[in-house]
Amino acid sequence: MTTDVQATASSVNMFRDPRVRAVFFQFLVIALVVFFAWYIAHNTAINLANRGIASGFGFLSQPAGFDIGIVLFKSYSSQTSTHLDVLIIGIINTLVVSFAGIVLATIIGFIFGVLRLSKNWIVNKIAYVYIEVVRNIPLLVQLMFWYFAVLSVLPVVRDSIRIGENFYINNRGANFPAIIPEAGFWVIPVALLIGIVATVFMRKWAHKRQDETGQPFPVFWASVALILLLPVLTAIVAGLPFTIDYPTAGRFGINDGWSLKPEFLALLLGLSIYTGAFIAEIVRSGINAVSHGQTEAAHSLGIRPGLTTRLVVLPQALRVIVPPLTSQYLNLTKNSSLATAIGYPELTSIFAGTSLNQTGQAIEVILIAMLFYLGISLLISMFMNWYNQHIALVER
Amino acid sequence: MAIVKTERHPDLPPPTSQTGVIGWMRENLFSSPLNIVLTLVAGYVSWVALSSLISYAFIDANFAGTTREDCTGSGACWVFIKMRFGQIMYGFYPEEERWRVDVGYVLVAIGLFFVLSDVVKDKKWPAIYLFGFVPVACYILFSGGYFGLEHVETAQWGGLFLTLVLASVSIFVSLPLGIVLALGRRSSMPVVRMICVGFIEFVRGVPLITVLFMASVMLPLFLPEGVNFDKLVRALVGMSLFASAYMAEVVRGGLQAIPKGQMEAAKSLGLGYWQAMGFIILPQALKISIPSIVNTFIGLFKDTTLVLIIGLLDLLSIVKSGTTDKEWIGMAQEGYIFVAAVFFVFCFGMSRYSIWLENKLHTGHKR
Repeated sequence: MTTDVQATASSVNMFRDPRVRAVFFQFLVIALVVFFAWYIAHNTAINLANRGIASGFGFLSQPAGFDIGIVLFKSYSSQTSTHLDVLIIGIINTLVVSFAGIVLATIIGFIFGVLRLSKNWIVNKIAYVYIEVVRNIPLLVQLMFWYFAVLSVLPVVRDSIRIGENFYINNRGANFPAIIPEAGFWVIPVALLIGIVATVFMRKWAHKRQDETGQPFPVFWASVALILLLPVLTAIVAGLPFTIDYPTAGRFGINDGWSLKPEFLALLLGLSIYTGAFIAEIVRSGINAVSHGQTEAAHSLGIRPGLTTRLVVLPQALRVIVPPLTSQYLNLTKNSSLATAIGYPELTSIFAGTSLNQTGQAIEVILIAMLFYLGISLLISMFMNWYNQHIALVER
Repeated sequence: MAIVKTERHPDLPPPTSQTGVIGWMRENLFSSPLNIVLTLVAGYVSWVALSSLISYAFIDANFAGTTREDCTGSGACWVFIKMRFGQIMYGFYPEEERWRVDVGYVLVAIGLFFVLSDVVKDKKWPAIYLFGFVPVACYILFSGGYFGLEHVETAQWGGLFLTLVLASVSIFVSLPLGIVLALGRRSSMPVVRMICVGFIEFVRGVPLITVLFMASVMLPLFLPEGVNFDKLVRALVGMSLFASAYMAEVVRGGLQAIPKGQMEAAKSLGLGYWQAMGFIILPQALKISIPSIVNTFIGLFKDTTLVLIIGLLDLLSIVKSGTTDKEWIGMAQEGYIFVAAVFFVFCFGMSRYSIWLENKLHTGHKR
């Protein structure tokens, strides 16, 4: 019998074998992709040669020759700085606005997510209206609204809006007091660092002690004391090693102090309000996903409502919240590229915009920009995966 | 013994403090001291916000007039929108040809009505009409050049019309592409899988702007000499590729939700891969992913505004150029609020539809 089967199998067309077909098909796909890549490379080479555009990454060391409105952590001058400096400044500005946006959006999102669950009808509806209105309007429209319709029509410098004594808002941004470090300032960040490290150990110790003796420890207040009080006390003991620089209204602008440019403010507001609405929905559905029986069980064990939320509901809700939250953080970072439209000098705006136009080397520039965003995506998702594993349910 | 009742006392209604308006308010607005404070604060805030919004948009607003000088009220000046309404809707499409766009809208609306609503149960003919006839008819109508219709350059397309064209063409192209990519991602052939995963993850990892930049700056370099697309087609290529990666993930979600037994049953009946996919798996997978597809479409619709950056005159872009007009200085608020309202109406409508559909398709147990 076996010989018979083998005989028929070999007489059947070899192409009927799914394995053979799979191998053949994959070779076909590879061939097509390689041909496609070659075709594009070939055309590109011809086109570049015809247009006289140089290729390669040599342009990065050429002087840029244009000004950038917001430069942080780095010196820049339009004469001597190169396109590489432009790239680095673009990356820094992207990271700064993304980080600030992520923090602010998370705060907004958690507040409105909780408000959306409130039993109070008015509060609930306010959160609902905020979420629905913001989610259904394109981010670019919101950015341009904040920039062109709100921040640009603020009073001119002379008639700045003053909040309190030392806080100015006008159509060139916001000014507020600056902290200028003096000699010996380093003790304050060091104290902060010590406070954070001590908090981590204190939490572990408190957890262990509660496991062993059942005695709870006021972890939250102890953490606050360590993280906030320690640096403040250190500052006082060290004799306040800094001066506060108040902004003063001059003839042509507000001098001194720290200032935020309207481009940055508009982008930060737009990004965090937009993403905050999505995060609010995620938080709401995450908390809703925890079965009500969990709360009831906790109450029947005599755990107080506040502790129930903190120890029973939130840890379980976080498992549902974290994965979509990650993708919102990624979206926010990618969306910061919309700053191009309002002139905040981040990567897409100055590097993939101005530098590209000056050098004409579209392929290299866009490749670098895309690789940067891909890298950021990978980093954020790696970190969030690690965190997700950390809090994930440990199955038996 | 006369005080003992012999018949049952009728059930009393609940106390008035727990029913009706008062009961509702006690339950939802004033259940605790904290809630009372919250209600008062939130009520005051929403009253101020609502009343100032209404007086800005209606009571103190200007509706009549034709020029900037007619903007006398302290509120919004809708004269700006009124005077530019034709441009906002159709861009620079020639005025005497605009009926063609309207006819196109009607054709699409008829198709959408029969495909989306419950009026017709058998969706075969409406689907063929909407996905087969309407695209061709609309292309002929909008672009012209056939049947004595005057040719209209795509550079003249603009406004809401262009926004709708961008969104519908890219969804129309990205759905089949997304299905192919999703099938490829779940394929057992490693090469196919790797290529699909690579494409999807790459596109999802970069912002749409860079994809649009790539389409508008690099596409001309990739093509052989002499071949050149116009700007609109380049933007469409970029948007479609971008949307197809997201669509692939949505469809993959649907495919994953179909139990393995379905494929095994199909195979055991002797169906091949494509037959099993086409008749058994995909109809079920697509049905459950319709709400997510609608959500992707909402995202895509909002993302069409990004073509402003590569210089197409979509709704946002045309309003923006209107606000920089010398004769209409200071109309930024009105312009952007109007654009926001238009997008809100479209997107909110679609999201309500998606929720309705989800409830309709949700035939399992409900809590």
